[in-house]
Amino acid sequence: MSIRKAAAIVGVGDVETEKGRVPNGMSVLQVQALAAKRALDDAGLTFDDVDGLFTAGFWGMPGDGQFNVLALAEYLGIQPKYMDSTQIGGSSFEAHVGHAAAAIKAGLIDVALIVYGSTQKTRLPSEFVVVPPAHMSQYEIPYGISLPMAGYAMAAHRHMHEYGLKSEHLAEIAVATRKWAQLNPAATMRDPLTIEDVLNSPVILDPLHLYDCCLVTDGGGAVVLVSPERAKNCKKKPIWVLGYGESLSHYTVQQFPDMTMTSAAISGKAAFEMAGVTHDDIDVVEIYDSFTITVLLTLESLGFCKRGEGGDFVSNQRTAPGGDFPLNTNGGGLSYGHPGMYGMFLLIEAVRQLRGECGERQVKDAELALAAGTGCYLSSTSVVILGRD
Amino acid sequence: MSEYKKPLPTVDGDSRVYWEGCRQHKLLIQQCEDCQKHIFYPRNLCPHCHSDRIKWVESSGKGKVYSYTINRRPAFPSFAEETPYVVALIELEEGVRMISNIINVDVDQVKIDMPVEVVFEKATEEITLPKFQPARS
Repeated sequence: MSIRKAAAIVGVGDVETEKGRVPNGMSVLQVQALAAKRALDDAGLTFDDVDGLFTAGFWGMPGDGQFNVLALAEYLGIQPKYMDSTQIGGSSFEAHVGHAAAAIKAGLIDVALIVYGSTQKTRLPSEFVVVPPAHMSQYEIPYGISLPMAGYAMAAHRHMHEYGLKSEHLAEIAVATRKWAQLNPAATMRDPLTIEDVLNSPVILDPLHLYDCCLVTDGGGAVVLVSPERAKNCKKKPIWVLGYGESLSHYTVQQFPDMTMTSAAISGKAAFEMAGVTHDDIDVVEIYDSFTITVLLTLESLGFCKRGEGGDFVSNQRTAPGGDFPLNTNGGGLSYGHPGMYGMFLLIEAVRQLRGECGERQVKDAELALAAGTGCYLSSTSVVILGRD
Repeated sequence: MSEYKKPLPTVDGDSRVYWEGCRQHKLLIQQCEDCQKHIFYPRNLCPHCHSDRIKWVESSGKGKVYSYTINRRPAFPSFAEETPYVVALIELEEGVRMISNIINVDVDQVKIDMPVEVVFEKATEEITLPKFQPARS
């Protein structure tokens, strides 16, 4: 069954940061409440309208965050009849959109609130908990593997080996993304960045340099999805969920079957088929950029270019402002901010672009947007295609 | 031997035979008796055909580097002394892959497809870690 146009995003909200930190030492629950309130205000709805609550996160573990959807509902003072705390890493929120649209289509709920918050940059030392490696981790952590980054670094090496990818190609992505951030007053990193700067930055895990890596920031965001009936009376025009797909190829790095392709090949195909659109129809693309290699592999896996051709595809600043492939237009996890699970912000930026709210960085006449989340160690993917009337 | 400060595996029902094999310098992996495919990490259902007829077999311990990274910074403070070090995904001759370190090599000499062989490193009385070094032959 398709969920094409079963639901529309009518509200988005986020929390500003200064040098990557939320203001006034806000708690992670305050951050989530503020983002949720802003998203509902944006839609012209209230907490009383919300009957479905969706969240994922890393806060309060072990502790209250283990039951994060219950904790959040209680804090917000709401009693949803549908709760979903699907946790598949940074792609969780694109998955929540799909799940919420399905619940709306099934008639179980009318108004879904999807929330994320993180204070990873300002969190208290007591919130850092190191546990002995067990289960799958017992075969990885004893070797001093740096997670999640090692999975991405190994994927980059493998792509270099199979297809001749170069560090210069990855640097193109970091530089183009920074140019978008320079157009976004809310972005954390707005200083000029050159290919040479990226290549001369310290190697963290070969072959990835410092500027191949996303930022570590706080942040919060929320999205409100409603049924077509409810969308008629909202403050903002509907941004329709047209296509959706989710998948995984593995969980742990050791089980990564093909390090040059992600399951976006499956989730992206499903989303395109449901939406009934082609790659050329998409006006603006938001792809999870935990690392530059994440973007490159996702572009190939989604089919925007052939396998092995991602390096050429992003060359000559094609994805920068003014290029013919607008990508990560808020400055991405690389330069806007990356509060642990970035997928929420792909959705918010896609919606704002489709509404024409993006000021200097606005992609002209954007009608169709694609948001592609990636979770854990290139493990999970979920893809949402959005469109305006 | 000085006290071992790095993270140690938590032995469980899946891994008890594996770690005991490592202690005896045997690299034990699993094989499905139905589809004949090899399995790593250990489990009680074949991830290929979902048979529960799983047996333990000894790996040749030979393989090649599928991919790798070099930690220029330690993942944990306990790894600081040996930084830089290589974390690699090794593909064994039997077809399964495992994460390990490549040791007894200049880290900048490690390459994808490089032939490697297992070498066992004792951590504690209970735990010996299988690591890999460039193949001698």
